[in-house]
Amino acid sequence: MIAEQIPALQVVLPLSAAPVCVFLRRPRVAWLITLVVTWASLAMALMLLLHTVRIGTISYLLGDWQAPWGIEYRIDMVNAFVLVIVTAIGSVVVPYARVSVEAEIPEARIYLFYTMYLLNLAGLLGIVITGDVFNLFVFLEISSLSSYVLISLGKDRRALTAAYRYLVMGTIGATFYIIGVGMMYMMTGSLNMVDLATLMPAVMTTKTIQVALAFLTVGLSLKLALFPLHVWLPNAYTYAPSTVSVFLAATGTKVAVYALLRIVFTVFGGVDLFSVSAAQDVLIALAATAMIGASATAIYQTNVKRVLAYSSLAQIGYMVIGISIATVTGLAGSIVHLFNHAMMKGGLFMALGCVFLRVGSVKLADMDGLARRMPLTMAAFVAGGLSIIGLPGSVGFISKWYLIQGALEKGWWPVAVIILVTSLLAVIYVWRIVEVAYFRPPRADAPAAKEAPLSMLVPTWILIGACYYFGIDATRTLDVAVGAAETLLGGLR
Amino acid sequence: MTPEHVLMLCLAIPFAGAILVVVTGALPDLRETVTLITAGVLFYCVATLYPLVVAGNPPSVVLLEMLPGLSIDLAVEPLGLIFAGIASFLWIVTSVYSIGYMRGHHEKNQTRFYACFAIAIGAAMGVALAGNMLTLFIFYELLTISTFPLVTHHGSDEAKRAGRVYLGLLLGTSIGFQLFAIVWTWTLTGTLSFTQGGILEGNAGRLTVGILLALYAFGIGKAALMPFHRWLPAAMVAPTPVSALLHAVAVVKAGVFTVIKVVVYIFGVDFLFQSGVSGWLQWVAAGTVLIASLVAMTQDNLKLRLAYSTISQLSYVVLGAMLASDLGIIGGGMHIAMHAFGKITLFFCAGAYLVAAHKAEVSQMAGIGRTMPFTTFAFLIGSLSVIGLPPTGGMWSKWYLALGALDSGKLVMVGVLMVSSLLNVAYLLPIPVRGFFATPADNPPLPPGHEMTAEHDPEHDHAHDHDPARRIKEAPLPCLFAMAVTSAGCVALFFYPTPVYNLMQMITAP
Repeated sequence: MIAEQIPALQVVLPLSAAPVCVFLRRPRVAWLITLVVTWASLAMALMLLLHTVRIGTISYLLGDWQAPWGIEYRIDMVNAFVLVIVTAIGSVVVPYARVSVEAEIPEARIYLFYTMYLLNLAGLLGIVITGDVFNLFVFLEISSLSSYVLISLGKDRRALTAAYRYLVMGTIGATFYIIGVGMMYMMTGSLNMVDLATLMPAVMTTKTIQVALAFLTVGLSLKLALFPLHVWLPNAYTYAPSTVSVFLAATGTKVAVYALLRIVFTVFGGVDLFSVSAAQDVLIALAATAMIGASATAIYQTNVKRVLAYSSLAQIGYMVIGISIATVTGLAGSIVHLFNHAMMKGGLFMALGCVFLRVGSVKLADMDGLARRMPLTMAAFVAGGLSIIGLPGSVGFISKWYLIQGALEKGWWPVAVIILVTSLLAVIYVWRIVEVAYFRPPRADAPAAKEAPLSMLVPTWILIGACYYFGIDATRTLDVAVGAAETLLGGLR
Repeated sequence: MTPEHVLMLCLAIPFAGAILVVVTGALPDLRETVTLITAGVLFYCVATLYPLVVAGNPPSVVLLEMLPGLSIDLAVEPLGLIFAGIASFLWIVTSVYSIGYMRGHHEKNQTRFYACFAIAIGAAMGVALAGNMLTLFIFYELLTISTFPLVTHHGSDEAKRAGRVYLGLLLGTSIGFQLFAIVWTWTLTGTLSFTQGGILEGNAGRLTVGILLALYAFGIGKAALMPFHRWLPAAMVAPTPVSALLHAVAVVKAGVFTVIKVVVYIFGVDFLFQSGVSGWLQWVAAGTVLIASLVAMTQDNLKLRLAYSTISQLSYVVLGAMLASDLGIIGGGMHIAMHAFGKITLFFCAGAYLVAAHKAEVSQMAGIGRTMPFTTFAFLIGSLSVIGLPPTGGMWSKWYLALGALDSGKLVMVGVLMVSSLLNVAYLLPIPVRGFFATPADNPPLPPGHEMTAEHDPEHDHAHDHDPARRIKEAPLPCLFAMAVTSAGCVALFFYPTPVYNLMQMITAP
């Protein structure tokens, strides 16, 4: 039965399609393959989500090797939801990519872009789907290596240094992670997440495991760009090709957040982690610093892509805050924000890609009066920006509501205040751009830009539209997020 | 059509109107017709709700579930009906006025203007008819966003700066304080529905109630309680119809309306009175009343003077709510209606002076009653209503506010109301008096390099401006019509305040 193999196909399909692109080499063919594969992945992810919601957790044994010896793919509501996020963004990006990639990447290398894109997708999906901590490392490397290549494809030469810096820091992160995994293996003899969860309470008091936990957290925090391990991110997002910025911003860090969730709540689920160490206080302090600091930094950026990059750092702070609240409400806020932030940041970076295509720059100074020449693109940008601010009716509001509620339920009103202050800082950095685009007259030497092509506008507006659709009717996403949070916290009992 | 359908239509009509305005944007005559018809239909729909509310059978409808356990609800109750009725009725009048003003003033981007205007009215309807605090908040924010393009209509640097203040203060207070208060309320009580008698009683201690009340009072920035009032004078860079309907009626009344709603249906009047946490906010409101009146006296620009007057009058309503007595609530609710008619008349007149005589400064308006007798007479009526003198409706709301203050044993607040009335006399009445009895020769010379008005119309024939003869040169006919309707409304509300009073009484004595 093919349907039973979907968990494997979810990863294998993009993984095996990647080399096909290398062999065929023709840009349009590579694009077409990528298109078909990503949409098929989305369909599979949706089927998996439906299955987990209706029937329950799926356990898939690769090669029929019994867990915990073999590799197990374990899909519950949490990762089924993240699979849908990643594949949904992945499939909306591809139609958008065609024109943008042709404009930004030399034709001879376009096949390389799609190859790496598929590899990256496969890596991210693998991280999410696997139930094995070592297997997670393997996919982490696949996605990381391919993203270094993707970033270095950027037109600007600074893309190379950005990719190199990411390579160095990403490798450190992965190394820390594998050190942590090694220590856990040393103490428990297992790599399977569920198995580890049952073995962990017995060894939790040992120094080795506590050091392992530190290594795992720091390694993953590097990948998810938690302050102060974030320095690779702004340059990587800024100098990468537009399409890559969209995809990485919407999925890359989200998957790392997911991995952290898994480690904290599943692998260490048997022990109440936040009570045995100062992890909670540390995480809150770092997240709060990220939210306020990155938002404040975003205000002073002159490159709009950098504004969004710093904004992403602040949004990662939201997710980590939700994790450290560690109640159903807080975690649900975090998980739903994975989805919500993917939609809005994806849409915003897509709008910027349209600007880059027509203006050739995303510097604030080059966007004077742009709203008159590209009204639809800039309207999408404003709509996405309002969602970042957290206007009611947008997805940003939903996330904020849940996180504030989670904080207040615990009586942590300073956290609630920090969340609100971050929103207000967002007003400033979003409105700076709006004012430039809407109130300044176009410069005399400005290129005669026209509206972006439909193949780019439609995906942009699909994501922006999703921001408001799931912002007004958030019951569906929240049902899943709350279910996922309950699944994760179930491990604590 | 069931009452529930009518209720949904009240919300849908303005938004549909906005779409139609955009579609017909190329044909100005058709576009304006669409606006007028939309406004008329909307008022009709709101009017059909009146008998249902009076009969004690108000419709309510759940639109959709937004968050688990929290839905977007519409429900009509007496106070909301008053607000919706006023906003929709005055929309018709303002649309007529806009046609005269926008064309007479050669404004650009008129399609965007009319479309945003319709959206703003739709948002005001949403605020008026919201069935719970979440719904109200959604439309409250939409009202802020949709009026931003109207405030910055001219696109100048001045408009941009004003837009910053406008958005910064309104979003800042609503996200920073109000949203916090709403989520907190939700965490404490597990509901946000507007419930007679309030939802907080038994769920929150005295300290919590005090903090929540402050968060709400200042978080509802549209009520312009000092020190969060700067956005209202800033908004005066907008075209006059916007100042008239939105910044004398829809937006600011949405603010004080929300304050009353929160006091009555979230806190509960009795609970608030017993907890006694609103005392200091009475003083803040009283301070706003007096200080804003004093500032108004110093303003030479007529629209700015009216804006500060509005700030002062809004705090009457806040004061009425914070008195936490039934009579205070009644007075506050009635003041929403009475002040709306008075102030919109004054703004219409200010716009008429600008269009017909190109005068925006009070000091330049000596003798203007000779060339514009009709406008100046309407200004007189509007002033009387804002001051609270017969034969205008403004008298009644002040009457009940004073009774409410006595009822709560706050003699001092009665004094504040009286002093404020005197201040109103001082800054409003000289305008029509000088207009009728002084001559243009009494105008002080313009300071060197000072333009007569920022929006001077270069195409206009200036010969008439220097003609000292007493020739009548009035505003465009649609403007005059609008002024006639609203000033007649001020007088009519003196003789027939009963519908408003009865509706307000239903809230306090269900």
